[in-house]
Amino acid sequence: MADLLPEHPDFLWRNPEPKSSYDAVIVGGGGHGIATAYYLAKNHGMTNIAILERGWLAGGNMARNTTIIRSNYLWDESAAIYEHSLKLWEQLPEELEYDFLFSQRGVLNLAHTLGDVRESVRRVEANKLNGVDAEWLTPEQVKEVCPIVNIGDDIRYPVMGATYQPRAGIAKHDHVAWAFARKCDEMGVDIIQNCEVTGFIKDGNRVVGVETSRGRILTDKVGLAAAGHSSVLAELAGFRLPIQSHPLQALVSELFEPVHPTVVMSNHVHVYVSQAHKGELVMGAGIDSYNGYGQRGAFHVIEEQMAAAVELFPIFARAHLLRTWGGIVDTTLDASPIVSTTPVDGVFVNCGWGTGGFKGTPGAGYTFAHTIATGEAHPLNAPFALDRFETGHLIDEHGAAAVAH
Amino acid sequence: MILIECPNCGPRDETEYHYGGQAHVAYPEDPSQLTDKEWAEYLFYRDNPKGLFAERWVHTGGCRRWFNAVRDTVTYEFKAVYRSGEPRPDLASLSQAENNKEGAAK
Repeated sequence: MADLLPEHPDFLWRNPEPKSSYDAVIVGGGGHGIATAYYLAKNHGMTNIAILERGWLAGGNMARNTTIIRSNYLWDESAAIYEHSLKLWEQLPEELEYDFLFSQRGVLNLAHTLGDVRESVRRVEANKLNGVDAEWLTPEQVKEVCPIVNIGDDIRYPVMGATYQPRAGIAKHDHVAWAFARKCDEMGVDIIQNCEVTGFIKDGNRVVGVETSRGRILTDKVGLAAAGHSSVLAELAGFRLPIQSHPLQALVSELFEPVHPTVVMSNHVHVYVSQAHKGELVMGAGIDSYNGYGQRGAFHVIEEQMAAAVELFPIFARAHLLRTWGGIVDTTLDASPIVSTTPVDGVFVNCGWGTGGFKGTPGAGYTFAHTIATGEAHPLNAPFALDRFETGHLIDEHGAAAVAH
Repeated sequence: MILIECPNCGPRDETEYHYGGQAHVAYPEDPSQLTDKEWAEYLFYRDNPKGLFAERWVHTGGCRRWFNAVRDTVTYEFKAVYRSGEPRPDLASLSQAENNKEGAAK
């Protein structure tokens, strides 16, 4: 039997033993952590660094998200960082020498009420001013972009139009992680899996190392990129974060012929749908209401998003649900991320991306690497500092970000 | 779906309830005296433990009253429910009781 199997492909990264010290340590081997290590090595020449991952590489939210990439956020600060991220996405397949199926198939954000229409048109104009490609489509134009959308006026929430960002799209999430990881490894970054950070070693208020399940590692720079577990790590390090962790569920159907050419999101009836390259319909919606670290949620949340999906796409009525799952998302009160220094010297935090972190992967990595390397915010992440909750300079993307968080 | 024991109505499906986040967060006695940092703590900072959490729920589809509960945020299991105004059950003893139960099961 074994001689019938093909050769095992080359491993994309080593599995080194942790060294006793590094110039910087990233806690969390998900998309954001790996991207941060990549830009630390590439842009800042820091190659004596390690990514510490409690489980396996990209096995958390990076393996569980619905892979939507877009930058059509309302506020200037958000548009700037997400658009920068999208521009990085556009060059990454070549830069990482890995075709991770980045497909710029566009995103439609549907409007179902007069309030939706006004918000959408306003957001389109704001996007244009910020250099983000955006247009307002009538229901008939929506139908041209995505023929399977029901634009009839006999449903509870008829489609009254949509915003359209043609450069938005999807990518194959696990391949994105592997592409970054391979390049990190080539530049000398140690990717250390099955290595849980259990404590922080401090000299006064300055971090000097971390305790892990694989021994003590000395370092004077620690970047936290742990999404739903950010609060747990911050508590170990001795500070608090304005984060609440929630379950967020997603699901896929069985495989179908290509029927869905773009990405459709609806804030009002709350579902987002695309069709993966392999053929599954991929859907997600909102978080389960309660705080949770259980990587699963309630079925009524799935039922609600399926009801919304079937009303918008009658063709889905007989599609079978194949699989549902949950991740743990780190939400903030203003639905915007935190990429920042912290009250502990040498500890930096990237968190609060909530339900939308995948699209931000390169942008988060790029700016977070700058903050870790220089100790200062990059202009793109300066507005996303932890102290905005004290100064009142919130970036309120709740309802403004084209989808409820 | 979780079955939640309302202190007034008894066990009902999760869909009858709404969530209210961390319990026992008092409105500041004199808000005008707070520093910006303290005000931010009151407005935006809430505990986010992995494990037992004292939190608020409202039985929207029933008695419409708020109450408190201690729930495990990993297993989602409710350990205790109690009325607003009652003191928080001792979290340590709840988790100790749980450990004993697990020990006995082995």
